Amino acid sequence: MAFKHAVIEKNSILLLVLTLLVVSVGGLVEIAPLFYLESTIEKVKGMRPYSPLELVGRNIYIREGCYNCHSQMVRPLRDEQERYGHYSLAAESMYDHPFQWGSKRTGPDLARVGGRYSDDWHVAHMNDPRSVVPESIMPGYPFLAETTLDVRFIADHLRANRGVGVPYSDEMIEAAEADLLAQVTPDTDAADALLERYPGAKVANFDGNPELTELDAMIAYLQMLGTLVDFETYEPEANYR
Amino acid sequence: MNSASEVKATSPLTYGLGLILAAGGLMGLFLVANARDGAIALHGYLFVAFCTLGVFWMIKRHYDGADPIAREEGGVLYNDGVVRAGCIASLFWGIVGFLAGLVIALQLAYPALNLDLPWTNFGRLRPVHTSAVIFAFGGNVLLATSFHVVQRTCKARLAGDWAPWFVFWGYQLFIVMAASGYVLGVTQSKEYAEPEWYVDLWLTIVWVVYLLVFLGTLMKRREPHIYVANWFYLAFIVTIAMLHIVNNLALPVSLTGAKSYQLFAGVQDALTQWWYGHNAVGFFLTAGFLGIMYYFVPKQANRPVYSYRLSIVHFWSLIFLYIWAGPHHLHYTALPDWAQTLGMTFSIMLWMPSWGGMINGLMTLSGAWDKLRTDPVLRMLAVSVAFYGMSTFEGPVMSIKAVNSLSHYTDWTVGHVHSGALGWVGFVSFGAIYYLVPKLWHRTRLYSVNLVSLHFWVATIGIVLYITAMWVSGILQGLMWRAYDSLGFLEFSFVETVEAMHPFYVIRALGGALYLLGALIMVYNCWRTIRGDLKEEKVAGLPAAAPQPAAAAQ
Amino acid sequence: MTPDSTYEKVAEFAATYGLLYLMVLFAGVLVYAFWPKNKKKFEEAARRPLEED
Repeated sequence: MAFKHAVIEKNSILLLVLTLLVVSVGGLVEIAPLFYLESTIEKVKGMRPYSPLELVGRNIYIREGCYNCHSQMVRPLRDEQERYGHYSLAAESMYDHPFQWGSKRTGPDLARVGGRYSDDWHVAHMNDPRSVVPESIMPGYPFLAETTLDVRFIADHLRANRGVGVPYSDEMIEAAEADLLAQVTPDTDAADALLERYPGAKVANFDGNPELTELDAMIAYLQMLGTLVDFETYEPEANYR
Repeated sequence: MNSASEVKATSPLTYGLGLILAAGGLMGLFLVANARDGAIALHGYLFVAFCTLGVFWMIKRHYDGADPIAREEGGVLYNDGVVRAGCIASLFWGIVGFLAGLVIALQLAYPALNLDLPWTNFGRLRPVHTSAVIFAFGGNVLLATSFHVVQRTCKARLAGDWAPWFVFWGYQLFIVMAASGYVLGVTQSKEYAEPEWYVDLWLTIVWVVYLLVFLGTLMKRREPHIYVANWFYLAFIVTIAMLHIVNNLALPVSLTGAKSYQLFAGVQDALTQWWYGHNAVGFFLTAGFLGIMYYFVPKQANRPVYSYRLSIVHFWSLIFLYIWAGPHHLHYTALPDWAQTLGMTFSIMLWMPSWGGMINGLMTLSGAWDKLRTDPVLRMLAVSVAFYGMSTFEGPVMSIKAVNSLSHYTDWTVGHVHSGALGWVGFVSFGAIYYLVPKLWHRTRLYSVNLVSLHFWVATIGIVLYITAMWVSGILQGLMWRAYDSLGFLEFSFVETVEAMHPFYVIRALGGALYLLGALIMVYNCWRTIRGDLKEEKVAGLPAAAPQPAAAAQ
Repeated sequence: MTPDSTYEKVAEFAATYGLLYLMVLFAGVLVYAFWPKNKKKFEEAARRPLEED
């Protein structure tokens, strides 16, 4: 048996190497160009990193598994554009680590849900979806309104995002905790400073409760979805994909 | 008899492992002490427990004698213990996964069952279901069968002494950390890759050891040729390693916190995810289980595979086509068109090798078709291959962009996945377990062959209910979303389409309940078999006059 | 980049080198599978699972 050993080992290693070679080609050819092609890396006017409160809201959206039932990707089909709005652009998810395009619409698409409903509606809906949409099968999330937002490590979150390529400036990271609180206190200097750093952010006491809760963050995130790009001035030809 | 000497000896490597485990335990304690969130603290405790038990196990093993029910076969002392453990784990996680599926199916039909609590809502439980069935049930079946098949077809004992056990228990730890994390809200939100960075790192370590054990056994083999089932297993192990590492590249916020941010964003992240997601289907749920088919169908039918040459062509064409198909999950999205078209083209081409494999599996029974009447285990394996054929035809159809524009985002996709998961993966696994249990525990046959038949029928009816309900609801919802009234307005609001789904969600839950019931029957049957019980029974399909011994011989 | 240039480049590549790559791979696999010298080895391998135990 010993004299054959070299050949035998070579065979199983050869099989392994050939398999790896064959299976890595497809991924390389498909994925690698996406990091260089203009259509997938271009920036569209209006796109900015998430404000700290929106980012925390997004993390709650992820934590609760909302993506299991809600997509954030409007396809360029007639009915979808009429139902949800302009089809989604690649640039609109350029700061999404990870992406939230989803794969199933047990509930409606949320790519452009921002501004569609009032904050009060969202408060009622998250607390008990069937109180506003009787036929809804969405779970209730009453605990969000009762959970105080954990703001301790927000600067670290921004820093980690910068580590993966989101352009948070030193100033943004330094002001992260202040900005987080500012977004629920309208008409203050802090809120103005926030708006300068994150143009178009919505400042409001989202859950109508003086305390800063997870529901504030969740609604802040939902209310900004799809609102950053101004489609009045957007020229699709220049951004053809 | 080189293998016997390998069984017991405490080598420096073993001491090394003991030290690594001790260091791991200290690391776990560090995590517990500095944890930024409850989940990572819990996982720190779990890790400490794992390492402590590991050290105790190694000490105990050092003083223990040989495995009491190990038996030498053909001059080789096989490591059957880890295969037995894998079978039991498969049965256990199968029930957990099917039950979780039933719970979330009922939640979709009756939303009050979400209980308004964080730990019980659909969004957190759905990954528990998917991970439990794919990685816990399917993964343990693959571990058990690959360890069994590679030993028997190589005529060699599994490489390593503690390594196979480390793979087994390390994998269970991965499952427990993943599932408990989901319930506590720890997720990366990447479907079928939800566990966070530290769990991913742990799985990577386990997986590399798995690869080494498998490869080491192949190297020890006493046969000139590597049997084709092992090719599929090897491709599964290697490719999953590659996919897992690339798709889970992420930067943790802190080394003592669960949360991380993905390295890639948006389009790049989406394609990486579905390149992973589709090949998890292709290499975990297909290639791995084809390895099962290529060993257990010939074994149960007692005939060699229909065409060995076809199996080689099947293997290479399957792996070089599958890897391209991912973009069909992203039709009409912001992914560039060329990538979508590429994904669609390869998905359609994939039909051919898939059916090549199906034909190879089914035709193995040619000349032995009569056995389908008397042997429900073989029937289960044959039907699994038929379901494989069905879902690998449906898949290419759904990858066509025009079809996909209707089917995507609907329950049609869910139905498609389940015809593959319940029909193909489930049945081929059940068949393999029914074959393995009497063999590994040295019983003459299963406790009851009729119970296998009952399992088969209950589960088949469950699948039929499940997939037909999902076809109807999926196509109905897709059509309702795009329906226009005579004035040119969208005819239905979204919530009207949700309402229309209700009856189908109830039927689906019923189908799932039947499937779970079938699995419970299997657990009972396997438990009695392991205990050593034999049921006196007439086996359906055999002529009434047939004497009992014929049935006993299977 | 003009609307169709990437798509067309990829299509052209797929229809030439891509096609060649897949055909060579496939031909290689067929040659290996049907190489007369391998016949006996494969037949023995196919019997492997049925032999012992």
